[in-house]
Amino acid sequence: MSEPPLISPAHDAPPPAQSRRPWAAVLLDVSFWADWASVVGLAGLVVVFGITQPIFLSTANLQALLLAAAILVVIAIGQTFVVATSGIDLSLAATIMFGAIVLGCVYSAGWGILAACVLAIAVTSLVGFFNGVIITLGRIPDFVVTLGTLSAITGLGLILSGGEPTMVSSPFLLRLASGSFGPFGYPVWVAIVTAIVAHIALYHTRFGVHLLAVGGQVESARSLGIRTNRIKIAAYTISGFCAGIAAILLVARIGSAEPAINTSLLLNSVAAVVLGGVSLFGGRASILGPAVGALMLTALVNGLTLLSVSAFYQPLAVGIIVVLAALIMRYQR
Amino acid sequence: MTEVPSAFDSSDIIISCKDLSKSFGGIRAFSDVDFAARRGEVTAVIGDNGAGKSTLIRCLVGVHRHDSGQVFFDGRAEPFTNPDEARRAGIETVHQNLALIDELTVAQNLFLNREIVRRFGPLTLLDRPAMKKQAQQMLSRLSINMPSVTQRVRRLSGGQRQAISICRAVGAGAKLVVMDEPTAALGVQETANVEALIRRLHEQAVSVILVSHNFDQVRRLSDQIWVMRAGRMVASVRARQTTGNELVALVTGAA
Repeated sequence: MSEPPLISPAHDAPPPAQSRRPWAAVLLDVSFWADWASVVGLAGLVVVFGITQPIFLSTANLQALLLAAAILVVIAIGQTFVVATSGIDLSLAATIMFGAIVLGCVYSAGWGILAACVLAIAVTSLVGFFNGVIITLGRIPDFVVTLGTLSAITGLGLILSGGEPTMVSSPFLLRLASGSFGPFGYPVWVAIVTAIVAHIALYHTRFGVHLLAVGGQVESARSLGIRTNRIKIAAYTISGFCAGIAAILLVARIGSAEPAINTSLLLNSVAAVVLGGVSLFGGRASILGPAVGALMLTALVNGLTLLSVSAFYQPLAVGIIVVLAALIMRYQR
Repeated sequence: MTEVPSAFDSSDIIISCKDLSKSFGGIRAFSDVDFAARRGEVTAVIGDNGAGKSTLIRCLVGVHRHDSGQVFFDGRAEPFTNPDEARRAGIETVHQNLALIDELTVAQNLFLNREIVRRFGPLTLLDRPAMKKQAQQMLSRLSINMPSVTQRVRRLSGGQRQAISICRAVGAGAKLVVMDEPTAALGVQETANVEALIRRLHEQAVSVILVSHNFDQVRRLSDQIWVMRAGRMVASVRARQTTGNELVALVTGAA
């Protein structure tokens, strides 16, 4: 009963959390570390690797690092929209593979690279759309549906490609992979633009607020007239769209469309989202966090490689970091 | 005492129903209910658990579809087929679960699904400063103390949450605010705060329907009290002319 009176002029409510606090208190607060896990982690890795292997901080290595992170950043952003609705998209990596194969097939059929890229993105968006429709209208748990999609489109990709990689030697994709504008390569710019657009969508549009509302309390959102199913379907479609962009970047990078799933890409997309402070229970998300989380995971692999640590240790390190991050997230406010 | 005002077509009445019945499968929620709420008054509906209060209210605001009978809102017959239409027509419901989103801020919750936006060419972006400012005004109009409108709702107390939910309902410029058990889960002090809030709505001539089974609260707050018992509307009394004992008798059927 010691509740401060809500509506009487005299109130002795505790001071708002926004008021300035001494930095020492901030540093002792676990929720600070939870909110900034990816940034702190990235800074920590940069310092550690910078000291132990100075070449890590060379311009060439940093540029290579950013280039290598671009794909992961894009799909981590896609995954963020789904996780914000308290869902998960396990079909993401398979969708990338499928998009790449569609790109390869269309291009080798002589349709031109632009049509191939547009079709690849259209197909992956459609995969996401179907995920969303089946999850919402079929009322089936998200991981079951996307796991099914993972298997189905993997099979479809194998059928389409006959299990063989398709060479895609397009000058456009070659320039996309190797060209640069200013300090960054084109793939990095693609990731930056994706992040900016996603940030605006999440924080500055009605869709973004409704997305977080659906992820937070779906019943409340529905009773306020928000069309929750549409929002969820949109989130999965966005995830598919991002997979399409990633597919183009991937084909550009390796020069062919391979019918093989990069499983670590899926795990790392979820890992980046968790590191970025996005709640797996939905309702809470940012774009900068997962983007930095993706950078951090790539920096980890890059640094360990520079330190000549066996590649076998990398999944171990990623796993430990992700579980630690998830533990810290429990203290978020 | 048990007579029902017959003026269903009077412009005095904001919402009413006639001969309304509703069953779920074979289970009768209520039958042949007449009800009317006057403009600018606090109208209470009381009754025991399972008397049909909440279901009646849900039929009035379009959440459930009644089986027979008629609903009138603002002079229109059969106004709503879903809660969204009711909301657009000016009926705001403070749900028993408050319908707040814990992870969003106070301001975001106050403007949820009617955000203030600005157009930039093809883009429609949120006007966040305007929403924060108006959220502040909405809260101060009802004299609700809130540390900050950018605070997450998760960190608020039960009474504060109730206040936000009521504030959102009123802030939309609602013609009618429907509250289902607004103090059911609150402590003594917080209940007093919410009651003061309802009184303030009354002063500002907002029409309110209050569902409750707290007889004292209903007598303190409302102008007209309707009593339901076992799916029937059994009485309608002026709050000033009744006593707690009379209400107990009406609700339990001991009269």
